Amino acid sequence: MQVPIMPAKGEKFIIPIGPQHPALKEPGHFEFSVDGEVVTGASLRLGYVHRGIEKGTEGRNWVQTLYLLERICGICSHVHATAYCLGVERLAGVEAPPRAQAIRSLVAELERIHSHLLWLGVAAHEAGFDMLFMHSWRDREIVMNLLEGLTGNRVNYSANVLGGVKCDIDARQTDAILAGLEHLEDRTRHYLTVVTSDVMFLRRTRGIGVMTKDVAEKLGVVGPTARASGVARDVRLNAPYAAYDRYPVELITATAGDLEARFIVRVQELFETYRVIRAILADLPEGELTVRMPRRIKEGETISRVEAPRGELFYFIKSNGSDTAERVKVRTPTLPNMASVLTLAVGHQLADMPMILAGIDPCFSCNDRMIVVRDPAGRGAHWTWDDLREYGIEYYR
Amino acid sequence: MNNPLEHTWQSVMDQLKTWARINSPWAIHFNSGSCNGCDIEILATLTPRYDMERFGVKLQGSPRHADILICTGPVTRQARERLIRIYEQMPEPKFVVAVGSCALTGGAFQGCYNVMGGIDQVIPVDAYIPGCPPRPEAIIDGLVKLLGSLKADGAPERASEPPLAASVLEPSS
Ligand code: SF4
Repeated sequence: MQVPIMPAKGEKFIIPIGPQHPALKEPGHFEFSVDGEVVTGASLRLGYVHRGIEKGTEGRNWVQTLYLLERICGICSHVHATAYCLGVERLAGVEAPPRAQAIRSLVAELERIHSHLLWLGVAAHEAGFDMLFMHSWRDREIVMNLLEGLTGNRVNYSANVLGGVKCDIDARQTDAILAGLEHLEDRTRHYLTVVTSDVMFLRRTRGIGVMTKDVAEKLGVVGPTARASGVARDVRLNAPYAAYDRYPVELITATAGDLEARFIVRVQELFETYRVIRAILADLPEGELTVRMPRRIKEGETISRVEAPRGELFYFIKSNGSDTAERVKVRTPTLPNMASVLTLAVGHQLADMPMILAGIDPCFSCNDRMIVVRDPAGRGAHWTWDDLREYGIEYYR
Repeated sequence: MNNPLEHTWQSVMDQLKTWARINSPWAIHFNSGSCNGCDIEILATLTPRYDMERFGVKLQGSPRHADILICTGPVTRQARERLIRIYEQMPEPKFVVAVGSCALTGGAFQGCYNVMGGIDQVIPVDAYIPGCPPRPEAIIDGLVKLLGSLKADGAPERASEPPLAASVLEPSS
């Protein structure tokens, strides 16, 4: 971290944070201009973990791409794979069997538990509440065990294959999951009490980073961040995919729009998740796990949307009839939410910044995509495909 | 050091430092392009179920206080300079642990245009922990093996030659 130099009169301090910073586990670079302790402006530089995955898909076939896309984000790998599989299956004109769809939803909900508990811990850590961090991560190990028992890996489970899922669930696993949920539900009730009644904690969250419904809609934020501001937006409800039409989810919203509301929404979503998992386990359809997928996918294009733990995840997939994707475009939930951080930062204390950032549950690895910062050729802000192609060829010449 | 007394003194001090370092190495974590999978497993090793602090390992923020640099992810072109800078800022002796298949070779991201490959393409690496992501047990095992090799002779055998040249370190704004 650089130390700001004394500014000339009338100028402002600019405090650079990151990319390597104790409060952020992932690289992102922020610049806050401050007037005393109050933030007057914020800017953000992303791209430290840009790996070029979308381009990378063009050199891989449909199956290899699945495993690459799963590694866009280790926290919500399953939703990436689900979005991709659903899209490709639609293009190919096949549908995964009902049991596979149910297991997809089941793993997605287990993943939501792990992600929300992880977030609860990290956000508590930013607030200096390390006790809650340790507790929630200890409880998170229960669901990590369940995921490992189900799929064989703790992170990047690869439960999906094109045309279905790879893992079945038997009576023993059902029992283990139910027992785990029992304990987790108990703990979640405790967490709900903590985030709504701990006086010290409330001073960090109540009334901080308030985003009204209007602002939330204007910025286009998604997921729990939007729901905490009263925006009723959840892909699982608005456009049910996998097995969510069979096991409907109830929407959890709050109206306060501050950090406390974001905590409450996420913790209450956990209860909803437990309920959905129980519903799935109680009524799991029998049948096959996979259907046959063609090697080459018919020409066409499709979009596929799923609700990641952080909000709406959007995939655009285009096939030209060969065994590789012509274009895969991913929009992850953190990007729209990130805009809210920069807006909300203004007017708050510098010390609140980590909390406001943590409040959207940022995930930089999903986030980093190519952006044109400088335009040497003076071609304006819009690049056509030909421009971009030409630029790519020139760059590597 | 011609004076034998001074020599003894020096070696005693060295032994003392190694002893202290082995018993309480401070680590810093840098993500140079990972998918977060390895990062959350590193965090998990710090939490009650695995509790890496048993071995005195403490994760903290500043490279200037760190003995061990824990790297995750392949090195992206953007993060490369930062990685080198953080490595340069660490005091000697310093050790680098690469966690995850990506950090070893580039893993699943091999061939992506913004990825330069494993950590050892950029800075020298002392311990490699494979897995995608490695289990927390594996991370602990790797760290303990690194500490064990320190115990034996004070410095682990470098698997790769340091590719760092003075020219690598472009001054960044
Ligand atoms: S090794 Fe696997 S889990 Fe670790 S950063 Fe790479 S892709 Fe993610």
